[in-house]
Amino acid sequence: METMSPIERVLRALALTLVVVFFMFPIFWIFLMSFQTNETILAIPPSIVFSPTLSNYAALITGKLQTAAGTLDIAFMRNLGNSIFLSTASVAVALVLGVPAAYAFARHKFKGSEDIAFTLLSFRFAPPLLVLLPLTQYFQWLGLSNTYFGLIWVYQLICLPLILWIVRGYFEDISADVEYAYRIAGHSWFATFRKIALPLAGPGIAAAGLLAFIFAWNNFVFALVLASADKQPVTVGALAFITSSGIQYGQIASAIVLSVTPTLALALYAQRYLVEGLSLGAVKG
Amino acid sequence: MTTLQLKNIVKRYKSHTVLDDLSLDVADGERLVLFGPSGAGKTVLLRLVAGVIEPDEGRVLIGGEDMTDVDAEHRGVGMAFQNFALFPHMSAFDNIASPLTATRSSKDAIAAGVQKVAKLLKIEHVLSHHPKALSNGQKQRTALARALVGSPPLLLLDDPLRNVDAKLRFEMRLELPRLLAAQGATVVYVTQDYKEAMALGDRIAVMSQGRIRQIGTPQEIYNAPADIEIARLFGDPTINLLDVVPQKSGDGVYIELSNVRVRLADYDGDVSGKSCVLGLRPETIVFVDASAPGAIPVTVEAETPLNEKTVTLAMTARGREILVSRPAGTPGPTAGPAHIAVNGAQAFLFDKASGQLLPRSDIESKRNGEAA
Repeated sequence: METMSPIERVLRALALTLVVVFFMFPIFWIFLMSFQTNETILAIPPSIVFSPTLSNYAALITGKLQTAAGTLDIAFMRNLGNSIFLSTASVAVALVLGVPAAYAFARHKFKGSEDIAFTLLSFRFAPPLLVLLPLTQYFQWLGLSNTYFGLIWVYQLICLPLILWIVRGYFEDISADVEYAYRIAGHSWFATFRKIALPLAGPGIAAAGLLAFIFAWNNFVFALVLASADKQPVTVGALAFITSSGIQYGQIASAIVLSVTPTLALALYAQRYLVEGLSLGAVKG
Repeated sequence: MTTLQLKNIVKRYKSHTVLDDLSLDVADGERLVLFGPSGAGKTVLLRLVAGVIEPDEGRVLIGGEDMTDVDAEHRGVGMAFQNFALFPHMSAFDNIASPLTATRSSKDAIAAGVQKVAKLLKIEHVLSHHPKALSNGQKQRTALARALVGSPPLLLLDDPLRNVDAKLRFEMRLELPRLLAAQGATVVYVTQDYKEAMALGDRIAVMSQGRIRQIGTPQEIYNAPADIEIARLFGDPTINLLDVVPQKSGDGVYIELSNVRVRLADYDGDVSGKSCVLGLRPETIVFVDASAPGAIPVTVEAETPLNEKTVTLAMTARGREILVSRPAGTPGPTAGPAHIAVNGAQAFLFDKASGQLLPRSDIESKRNGEAA
């Protein structure tokens, strides 16, 4: 690598800093806001110097929101728990159903297999609001509205196609010969699936699982319509901060910080798998 | 050791017929080489035997038992793939051990088995490496070791030397017969290299377009190729093919090359007057003095010294090109006019219209021709 002149190095550092500041600023600003009261947030001109307060976090964790009009009960921690439970369970169900299906679609070209795979993908095209109206009706008949089971089922519309299509590509990238070799060595197809196909598609499955988790986590409209307060995730729960006495910016900011943390932690943890998954490409022996 | 029989195998992909009513018998302990150009169906045939592809029609019998509907893992064959097909997430040791783990052998037995075959193939020092860290030659040996380790009675080798460099291929070509003999297995070996086929095969089955064109010992195929195409595929430099019309005259059949009559000792009057193609192996042609009987005048155009032989391109008076091959170091003309002599007893005639070898008249050759 050629060595850079000092000026070049400084300019490069400057450019990189600008890019980082541009992208990180909103997150940084929200992080700051979460330690301020509504008054300092709304002060004009805004100031970066303030006396930090933990009252926003305290309000979220205790579930008591102090507003000008009095004390409000909020269920933020419960919402957070719901989000974690709903997203995790949805991804788990989608993986259990989707990975074997993806393997079947990748390895066995049966009559109509493309049509079925495409139909599953088409769930992602449909505008959620269009689906929601009849779905609400059905769920009421079936007694599924406002149940975790019903929500996880609906979340499959988000997670399953994603996992199916991403993981299918990873399975297709594995040379069929590698699997044949394991079969000929005397192992059943199921052992081959477990010991060869799954580990080799592992990074892809991790990547798809993470993406599905983020999509499920960020979902708003399904949960808004199909769940009532005690089953709602954070995305819907955040509505509680728009109160009769004004919008609680401080609490919103700290709620965002808290609700971003799990996905951020997961993404950072899974980063190496993601990179490995994306760079693995065709598996060659 | 075991036998392998294929009966009327048909395999189609959509409308394309890859294997067309193919039958084949491989004897106990035999090494059969499947030879042919790419797209001939060799690999598909091997996979059918291994059980990872199902035939549309026909039966596969291993050791006399019908295995057509038996899953790959229960056929008990060993197979090495052209692209190695190693498991990228396992060490060389685990790769080689995979046929042993399937039978639930003890850890010690597995380790002993892997060590033994690794020693045979000289890869003991890389057993802990993953395929990514192996050289091409080591990958190929690992793949072979995996095929050999379970001592399968039937061994399928799909062009295992295709993806290794020329030096290694030469080494392995010398080493393989010893290895396979020690294994004592019945072997089906696929290759596109005629030298490999001749070096390794007890018999060679020449395939093209989903059919077996000729099957016989390497000598039978070299000395009596069933048609022009096969004659061209075997031999380096390529066989000389000249259009001729043999004539019967007195005691035998003659052809004329540059107005010099050559007697074809093995043929009788049946071929007289027929449009034929004469096949002359370059190594059966010799340079002679102008005064020698049957000397044909030629002009030497170019000389190519190869390692163990020298190949000369000569032009006849009628402008036909002829390749002459002689052992390296033996004297011969390098340019200008020269004379060659052709041994009529070593030449073969093909029917020009069909490309088929014309049967020779003497009984032994005839039998060869029919076996082919």
